[in-house]
Amino acid sequence: MKSIHISTKVNGDAMEFVCAPDESLLDVLRNRLGLTGAKEGCGTGDCGACSVTLNGRLVCACLVLGAEVDGAEIGTVEGIATDGVLHPLQQAFIDHAALQCGICTPGILVAAKSLLDRNPDPTDTELRYWLAGNLCRCTGYDKIIAAVQDAAQKMRAA
Amino acid sequence: MMDTGHKRIFKVVGTRPPRPDGIDKVTGRAQYGADVSAPGMLTGRILRSPHAHAEIVSIDTSAAEALPGVKAVVTSKDFVFQDDDFFRDVQENCMATAKALYDGHAVAAVAAVSPEVAKAALKLIKVTYKQLPHVTDVDLAMRPDAPVVQDGRSLETVPAGMSANVTHHSEFGHGDLASGFAKADVIVERSFTTAATHQGYIEPHACLAAMNADGRADLWCCTQGQYNVRTLCAALLGLEASQLRVTASEIGGGFGGKTTVFIEPVALALSRKSGKPVKIVMTRDEVFKATGPTVTSSIDVKIGMTRDGRITAGEAHLRYSGGAFPSGTVDMGGQAAFAAYDLAAVRTFGWNALTNRPKEAAYRAPGAPQAIYAVESVIDELCQNLNLDPLDTRLKNAAKKGTLSSYGPTFDDIGLIATLEAAKKHPHYTAPLAAGVGRGLSAGFWFNFGGNTCVTMNINTDGTVSVTEGNPDIGGSRASISMMAAEELGVPYDKIRTIIADTASLGHNDVTDGSRVTFAVGLATIKAAQDAIAKMCARAAKLWGIDAEAVEWVDGAAVPAGPNAGKFPPMSLAEIAAVSFQTGGPIAGHHEFHADGAGVSFGVHLCDVAVDRETGATKVLRYTVFQDAGRAVHPAYVEGQMQGGAVQGIGWALNEEYIYGADGRLQNAGFLDYRVPVASDLPPIDTVILEIPNPGHPYGVRGVGETPIVPPLAALSNAVSRAVGVRMQSLPMSPPRILAAVMAHDAKV
Amino acid sequence: MVAVTLWGSLRVFTNGRASVEIEARNFKELLDGLVAAYPGLRPQIERGVSMALNGRIYKEAWFTEIRPDSEVVLMPYMQGG
Repeated sequence: MKSIHISTKVNGDAMEFVCAPDESLLDVLRNRLGLTGAKEGCGTGDCGACSVTLNGRLVCACLVLGAEVDGAEIGTVEGIATDGVLHPLQQAFIDHAALQCGICTPGILVAAKSLLDRNPDPTDTELRYWLAGNLCRCTGYDKIIAAVQDAAQKMRAA
Repeated sequence: MMDTGHKRIFKVVGTRPPRPDGIDKVTGRAQYGADVSAPGMLTGRILRSPHAHAEIVSIDTSAAEALPGVKAVVTSKDFVFQDDDFFRDVQENCMATAKALYDGHAVAAVAAVSPEVAKAALKLIKVTYKQLPHVTDVDLAMRPDAPVVQDGRSLETVPAGMSANVTHHSEFGHGDLASGFAKADVIVERSFTTAATHQGYIEPHACLAAMNADGRADLWCCTQGQYNVRTLCAALLGLEASQLRVTASEIGGGFGGKTTVFIEPVALALSRKSGKPVKIVMTRDEVFKATGPTVTSSIDVKIGMTRDGRITAGEAHLRYSGGAFPSGTVDMGGQAAFAAYDLAAVRTFGWNALTNRPKEAAYRAPGAPQAIYAVESVIDELCQNLNLDPLDTRLKNAAKKGTLSSYGPTFDDIGLIATLEAAKKHPHYTAPLAAGVGRGLSAGFWFNFGGNTCVTMNINTDGTVSVTEGNPDIGGSRASISMMAAEELGVPYDKIRTIIADTASLGHNDVTDGSRVTFAVGLATIKAAQDAIAKMCARAAKLWGIDAEAVEWVDGAAVPAGPNAGKFPPMSLAEIAAVSFQTGGPIAGHHEFHADGAGVSFGVHLCDVAVDRETGATKVLRYTVFQDAGRAVHPAYVEGQMQGGAVQGIGWALNEEYIYGADGRLQNAGFLDYRVPVASDLPPIDTVILEIPNPGHPYGVRGVGETPIVPPLAALSNAVSRAVGVRMQSLPMSPPRILAAVMAHDAKV
Repeated sequence: MVAVTLWGSLRVFTNGRASVEIEARNFKELLDGLVAAYPGLRPQIERGVSMALNGRIYKEAWFTEIRPDSEVVLMPYMQGG
């Protein structure tokens, strides 16, 4: 199979890569662009550890082909902090002990930011359903919900 | 001598500082098992048996080897034969020799220049199997006519005449059961089953091995214990421990499942053969099929009780299967089953049987959740039958200091009664219940361990401190270790950085398991700090020209001990460190020991559930965890252990299970069909931390990581049973199972 | 002499006794004494045992001192997750 040349933007930066036609965006990010923040927990779109945004839409990078992102804008966990300053969500996750092992954290941060971009004041129920596609096995989700709500509150106040 | 710390006023311990690995983990910078790579690295992939049980007649690897881009193919022949049963089982589980013992059992592996070539090469390996009859159910496996999974594995503990699958038998307890049951007003006897569940860590196993022709090797992997990986891999590959350096990556969850090896020896063998670094990352399918789930169990429990709620006798028969290899986990279940109670007559009988399932790995308090689920279910039914309050009944029978435990020793200070009383006075316990809602509770217990531990603490010349320990941080232990170092040294938390050493940089440390790290590594850290303090006091004494004995350490500084020692202003750690090169050289503290005295842990869980009688679906409405932490070093991380363990237990109780088809193949090897709890399934998990100090630790710390998975199974089962009016006896209580129980009940009424 | 409590399934190797007396001042002497007096216990002891001494569990510490009035309970080698 012949490789495909792709031009895209990742976290605002223009990037180019070549990939096989059947190569996932997740493999491209991790293996070709050196962005290992998105994790592969299942490869079948069930765990959400590879959550990224594609033209503003929340997707599992393992279910998107690298070949599909030509001309697109991709957002990953590496782009959430700006100029070395943590995003309120990132700070809240540390402050609220909302991570333990941390493997699900990148995906959950991307997903939670995607929700708050649309709905700055979600209810706990809305938040729990929005994050239902992101598995966390360490925390029982309790502190994750608390952290996102705290960040949302701070972002609304800012 | 232990200073039990009962009256000590802590400055750092008990606060909630940010974790040192926090920024790395929220920015995506943290390096997990699959995130490392090496120049020229190959991709390793493993071929697995599609059969539940089959003789491996032959393996022909020639076509795979001939495929361009394939650099090595290995089979069991590439490993060193192991005499010892324990090592041989680990090796056999990594790569089958004569028989494939379960669906997914590894039979060969390749290393190639790309994942695509590796995948293609697997298809070219020709394995000739002769399929054999299989058994995946523990009760069926114990029948004399069952297919034999492995012959000749029964220990001397097994009476003659049983199926060859029965590998182990154990019995625990004391007192006279017959006279105990004779004193009972009511006796309930029930049988239960629990399914095998997987730890479900989100990070699949991953490793990168680089081995040279001279036998020198480096291995990076996600593991709960890099030293144990070294021990196992060195044996399987025939290496010397000194020549194999194992570095633990950040670990994306373990819960007991990353306490052994699966792919690491294979990657080393492929690297040795190809002369190049080899990376293996498991797929989720492989994680489910070939890494450790829990035991599957079948349990009978009989308990006698007087009308006023005193247990007169308790008996349990536990049949566990740890998969295709011998397992002693039933010993832990047998000892833990009745540990919460003060009983005159108690006996447990345990059996392990081989089945064609993957080799069991530890999962938080291995063996205890199943046994305690069965016991706590019967106690709940007795309370219902006798119209007794379930908390008062447990209080009436609760073990306390001086109780002869069901597993032999007499208890020292334990926190069960305080934990039960906290639950009783909590608003949750007395909150009104809506119609159709059931409330359930359960006590839980775990032993907790200590173990082999080394810590080194370097006092840097700028007044900061570097702590080196050897246990991968799963739940925030770098923070808690730094906190204990700060507490003991009397310096701020942010002056300390704790790192986790590779196997060449620090002496042996046991695996991160048994809830041991905060207890044992914490204890070693405190002792290492005391060692460094003694050295710093000696340096101050030299500078002051007085005896070292005349100097003591107060609030992070050396001070003269009393007026006779002379008048000198306090000399801080930073001041002593700044001149350390001039006063005798670098200053470091060390401690190496085998930690004992971990101190058992009790928890009580309380939950409310609503069950939809039309669909059988259960909704958890409210959940509260009460647990004795001894001393909560970082309370937020203790709460995190309690919440995370509770939710894993909720998953076990309501949904998670290994489902095997008639062909002995695993039907649900993926997150979609296995279905761990997601955020929308759950209510907030409230926590109440009790602090009954452990006399075996200077700050009173008890391990907290494992106990929280024990009570949810019965707490949920008791709540569901009360909600639907049917005693549930099988886990998980998935909607079809609840529906069947409700319909059977309704048909009778 | 130290009285050692054994778990139930070991009794077949001690003529049915749940508690046996062994001359021992530490864990190592206890293990050696048990094997000498009751050879049937050897496989289990070689696989590993823990000792609860006055309620505290020791996994391997051979030279843990045992006093004649200590409560000594033999337990299987502990494993955790």
